[in-house]
Amino acid sequence: MSDDTVSIEVDGQLLSARRGAMLIEVTDAAGISIPRFCYHDKLSVAANCRMCLVEVEKAPKPMPACATPVMDGMKVYTNSQRAVQAQRGTMEFLLINHPLDCPICDQGGECELQDVAMGYGHGVSRYADTKRVVFDKDIGPLIATEMTRCIHCTRCVRFGEEIAGLRELGATGRGEDVRIGTYVEKSVVSEMSGNVIDLCPVGALTAKPSRYTARAWELLQHAGIATHDCVGSNLFHHTRDGRVMRVVPRENHAVNEVWLSDRDRFSYEGLYSDARLRQPLLKEAGEWHAVEWETALAAAGSALMAAAPQEMGFLTTSSASLEELYLLQKLARGLGCANVDYRLRQPDCDDQAHDPVMPWLGQNLGDLEHLQAALVVAGNVRKDQPLVAHRLRKAALDGAQVSLLNVRAYEQTFPTLVNDALAPAALLQELAGIAAALLSQGAEVPAQAQEALAKIKPTTRQRKLADSLGSAERATVLLGSGAQLHPGYSVLRQWASVVAAASGSVFGYLPEGGNAAGAWLAGCVPHRGPGGVSADTAGQTAGEMLRTPRRLYFLHGVDPEFDFADPQLAHSGLSGADCVIAVTAFESDALLEHADIILPLALHAEIDATYVNAEGRWQNANAAARPCGKARAGWKILRVLGNRLIDGGFDHNSARAVRGEVQACCESVRLDNSLPLAEALRVPAASRGLLRVAEVPIYAVDALTRHAMALQKTGDALRGAVHMSAAQAEKEKLTAGDTARVTQNGSSAVLLVHIEDSIPNGCVWIPSGVPGSEKLGPACGAVEVFKA
Amino acid sequence: MSTAQQGVELSEHARAEIDAWLQRFPYNQKQSAVLAALREVQHENNGYLTTPLMDAVADYLGMPRIAVYEVGSFYSMFELQPVARHCVAVCTNISCMLTGADTIVAHIEEKLQIKVGESTADGRIFLKPEEECLAACAGGPMMQVDHVYHTDLTIEKVDQILDGLD
Repeated sequence: MSDDTVSIEVDGQLLSARRGAMLIEVTDAAGISIPRFCYHDKLSVAANCRMCLVEVEKAPKPMPACATPVMDGMKVYTNSQRAVQAQRGTMEFLLINHPLDCPICDQGGECELQDVAMGYGHGVSRYADTKRVVFDKDIGPLIATEMTRCIHCTRCVRFGEEIAGLRELGATGRGEDVRIGTYVEKSVVSEMSGNVIDLCPVGALTAKPSRYTARAWELLQHAGIATHDCVGSNLFHHTRDGRVMRVVPRENHAVNEVWLSDRDRFSYEGLYSDARLRQPLLKEAGEWHAVEWETALAAAGSALMAAAPQEMGFLTTSSASLEELYLLQKLARGLGCANVDYRLRQPDCDDQAHDPVMPWLGQNLGDLEHLQAALVVAGNVRKDQPLVAHRLRKAALDGAQVSLLNVRAYEQTFPTLVNDALAPAALLQELAGIAAALLSQGAEVPAQAQEALAKIKPTTRQRKLADSLGSAERATVLLGSGAQLHPGYSVLRQWASVVAAASGSVFGYLPEGGNAAGAWLAGCVPHRGPGGVSADTAGQTAGEMLRTPRRLYFLHGVDPEFDFADPQLAHSGLSGADCVIAVTAFESDALLEHADIILPLALHAEIDATYVNAEGRWQNANAAARPCGKARAGWKILRVLGNRLIDGGFDHNSARAVRGEVQACCESVRLDNSLPLAEALRVPAASRGLLRVAEVPIYAVDALTRHAMALQKTGDALRGAVHMSAAQAEKEKLTAGDTARVTQNGSSAVLLVHIEDSIPNGCVWIPSGVPGSEKLGPACGAVEVFKA
Repeated sequence: MSTAQQGVELSEHARAEIDAWLQRFPYNQKQSAVLAALREVQHENNGYLTTPLMDAVADYLGMPRIAVYEVGSFYSMFELQPVARHCVAVCTNISCMLTGADTIVAHIEEKLQIKVGESTADGRIFLKPEEECLAACAGGPMMQVDHVYHTDLTIEKVDQILDGLD
């Protein structure tokens, strides 16, 4: 027997266990069931519910299995008379104050208390006095509270402290008066708050959007994939009558462990938004008419046939499935048009020839936990990819030095080495400075960068970051989702890769959306075909297609107002077209204005689809719900159009067949993030004048999220507003609460002024993709601000 | 989290007092000073704590605000509502109960025309609800008036003490 294992006997069964493990871990692994409420394998041990009491030989009292470390030769009885008597006693106490409202409780039918009470409770309570009543608090639009049902297991409190990194709930009062809550009236703000719904063993915390809408036993469970970030969290859609009623996490320790971000959990509400398109529409003489699919497809087909191939532009987003992205580019290229792109939020594609075959994380998600140093460049990882932030948080709590450089110093839930705001040009200079510091420490810096570095004298912060990355054995430099908005994305990426190379760090991407990796692999970029093969003829990028308007645009799942980094450019581009075909799930005024043919699109829960996450993990799921109205799966729409217009190649009879075709193209794909550098790297000087900087806020990333009602009621659902530092505001003669006229490239909007010291001077921060900023120009660019 | 929120600042004296307590704990265990901090802040605030004051303590000690609310609401020596000038706490735990604490409480309630947990209308005396053992069992029944222990109570002695309060 090694020193690390001990053997114990549970109910006569011999088990070997890791020394120091808690008894309940060992019995769980062996499939021996012990009732519990407060214990959770992802949380610290509280041992406050006392439900897991078991008999341990020679121990004078029953012992809680969750807080009793195993000892060699220990003999445990989980079912002995003494153990069961102790468990029954605990159960009786827990039920004293628990209301008998199971028939109207959302948790009914899937309640841990109900289940355990069936096994250990008495048929009739001996308690005849008044039960405790706790008044509910409103803790926000996502979580419904019924605190009278609370049994004080404190899982939600521990989740906040240990996992979410925001201690928002607590146990106030004592004895009979203890209650779980926020004490003051306030909404819970964690972007992972919904997990307390799953953790709560009773009906005290339930999902507010799905409250009172379905009983657990009426629901069917379908495996699905989250599509809002590059993690691709695994989830279950719970449906009734073909309709998604709620979403819960699906355990996958390599991807999302047991958690789900609120965005992934509650975005399903968007499926049933009033704005959902339910039938095909055709514009005739400026009037919209509902038409049959056949008519709409015929109209789309003839429009596509009529347009000259070079005069067309095919645009989509990184929310589309791999099958749709593949068929879209196949349709475009089959028609002789290479103008196909998903990068609606990336103005600078100058360096696209050097892009890797797909934007890869460079490592597995689980590896992030074991990093010793990490630098996130231009990404609000906490809001962009909450579960990546969760992994980085684990690393940080374990002693890793995590640093973030952004256009705004976003608040983090873990200790950071550096978390600073830098204007776009300063961000480039900072990375060059770090490279210079590494060079001065004797690191090997690529030759192309050395000339630019010769003149740089590294600052203290740059040296600190260089030390942190250079001295760590396991370090990474991650290019965040905000990087694509940067006007000098190409140079930013080159400098980030230089820093990574010089410090021996893994270089990785945190791409936007749920399927940017899939878009690259499917060939949904103008210069690369499926499998990353260079296209024979490179087409135009999204920006180019809009700057020189095409005669025909084919928009697949694109919202002209909110999906572009430069909505004004999109507006002018689309306005210049003769025909716009929109395959889309949601109606909007801008779409009705620009489009001529609208084909209703089924969304992720309604289709068989594949998504590729940042690790390069292909994940697919089958349709969970019936498409809304007459909406159809995107791959089917594209296949039908392809069949009508192109000879051969569009005979797929299932999404699986499409996926198989993409897979065949990707067989020789090897992931590699090494970036060939430009001849001589530059460090651009800062531009003069006021600059707009931005992020795409967490609940604005895609159309589904933007239509999810409950998410849109949270504090993270930002509206267009102009944020700036106090110093900048003083310079512009503005104060908090003023309205300001913001002008970019001749278009303007009137926005409320917020003062935030997290924004660098010389910049104003205006979120992109939200109502209020859709009339403005590029997310990152010159701007003028006047008092309105 | 906006720090400017309903900004109540700790007094200079309170900060000095908390700093003195912080000296006694490891530098990375600032929350250890929370009881002392709340006691000081309550003392300066006419005997009770408010949410903004607890927020100020939380911010000063770098603790989540809810963690300070938990402490403030847990311990019976902290009051979360305005109370009268003098705090009278009669022990009703086992030793004092056996020596007649209940009679003492009943007498005080009758005399002041308030129930435990209430303050007199003139703002003079606050009668603490259900005080537990104050570790003076040998002298039961006992009570604590402000910060002073009074043991071996009789009705007459209680009258004398209470009448002596301003």
